[in-house]
Amino acid sequence: MSSYTRPDFRLAPQPTAESASFWTGGERDELLITKCRSCDHFFHPPGPSCFRCRSLDVAPEPTSGRGFVAAWTVNQQQWLPGMPPPYIVAMVELAEDRDVRVTTNVVDIDPADLRVGLEVQVFFEAWGEGEDRVWIPLFRPVPAPAKGESS
Amino acid sequence: MSRGGPFGGRAVITGAGKSQVGRRLGRTGLELTVEACLRAIEDAGLTVDDIDGVASYPGGGVPQPGFSGASTHELQNALGIAAKWYMSGAETAGQIGPVIEACMAVSLGLANHVVVFRSVWESTAQAGGNRASALSSSPRAAGHLEYFGPFGAVSPSSWLAMPAQRYMHDFGLTREHLGAIALNARRHAGLNPDAVYREPLTMEEYLGSRMISEPFCLYDCDVPCDGATAVIVSRRDAASGLARTPLTVESVGTGMLERATWDQRRDLTTMAAHDAAATMWERTTLTARDIDHAQLYDGFSFLTVQWLDALGFFPHGQAGDFVGDGERFGLDGPLPLNTSGGQLSGGRLHGVGFLHEACVQLWGEGGERQARNAPELAVVAVGGGPVAGSLLLSNR
Repeated sequence: MSSYTRPDFRLAPQPTAESASFWTGGERDELLITKCRSCDHFFHPPGPSCFRCRSLDVAPEPTSGRGFVAAWTVNQQQWLPGMPPPYIVAMVELAEDRDVRVTTNVVDIDPADLRVGLEVQVFFEAWGEGEDRVWIPLFRPVPAPAKGESS
Repeated sequence: MSRGGPFGGRAVITGAGKSQVGRRLGRTGLELTVEACLRAIEDAGLTVDDIDGVASYPGGGVPQPGFSGASTHELQNALGIAAKWYMSGAETAGQIGPVIEACMAVSLGLANHVVVFRSVWESTAQAGGNRASALSSSPRAAGHLEYFGPFGAVSPSSWLAMPAQRYMHDFGLTREHLGAIALNARRHAGLNPDAVYREPLTMEEYLGSRMISEPFCLYDCDVPCDGATAVIVSRRDAASGLARTPLTVESVGTGMLERATWDQRRDLTTMAAHDAAATMWERTTLTARDIDHAQLYDGFSFLTVQWLDALGFFPHGQAGDFVGDGERFGLDGPLPLNTSGGQLSGGRLHGVGFLHEACVQLWGEGGERQARNAPELAVVAVGGGPVAGSLLLSNR
């Protein structure tokens, strides 16, 4: 397993009124995803209405932060100064709603060990100061249960 | 004469033109645009005074340097076109969306002859920087980049490598299959004097080239260039007596049936291409079996595979078997594909280059690279991810 080190640079998001919760929930270690209170499904990215049932009764809610790798790429090209390759960009589907995906980095794993369906857990990396501070959700593999421990 | 299809045969293409194409030409986008448009107008046997419509993708106000060579206003100004109808935009059915808009305009009688162009000078613009430098130059990731930029996914190569990986995982598509698309493009580029990369490419060189965003290597990514392409969309009743056989736009694909995102489509092994294709087929009695020529977008090799899948040349997922070693896509094959070298080797003319080449082939003027099967019905399909548009073009 390769050990993750925080890069010198990340391109910070420009949160909107609708997305602010997604980028700041990490302060309390919460992955906040917008949920429809009418049909009880999550959706992402955040917005003012549920694309499934068109309800306007939607709000960010905490999730388990667990998910499964749906697809990935190992980026090998340096695009941004301060963010050297290689790094894994992945679509992670939420444990709560498998057709809701968050694009993210999966870290602390050898790319050769990546699998579709690999279970991962969110953690957060804080960037910026003051009102600009955001908590970027990253994922790493859920550790296998220790020997003798029931799963 | 009613031929069916959304335009009832009223929308035809009467001319096509291409400017100088190359790397770092150092010419302005407007200069290249004027060159392509004048050539298209002359090709149709028309004069500028006959042109009464202008359309383009994406139009002005685009921040990425080199992505938009000229706006419709700039072309209209430069050539003094008395336009009765005009439009531009990027929120349309891919880079050929304005061609489809022009078909609607002439069918409704709003114009007789519309010049539709796409021009780029990305090679000159990117000299000294890489392809994402424009995307990443802003201090904050906003718009759809908000959810990709923070993770270093600032290039479409990363956005589209993920669904490619998933398609490969689910259906056994291999790098060799993607390589067959890239090698096919390179073989044809060798016969196209305007192509950017013309020297032969082997599978060994393809497989050994450096990775950009796995599974995409260097040769899976198209090559930025400078150049412009244009076509004349005419009202059939205004096209009699012109220089060429009018090419009929038999159907168009314009669907956006699922959410327009790069990562939330229900089935990750499909794209908006599938929505465009579905709407194109529901508007015509023609089927994929009738197609004998294909010009399919290859911003990345995998996008050509996606279009083949979307258009229904085989049941969903079976692209690997269909692509094989790529033999069927050659000039002697049953489905000649990307005969100018596509964007992978010909240069990233961004969509309309495929339409230009389809016209050349349907008119039988491909010269050394003319498809041997004397094509009668071509499909032109452009875009990737949430961007997609397609059309069927015939010389019958």
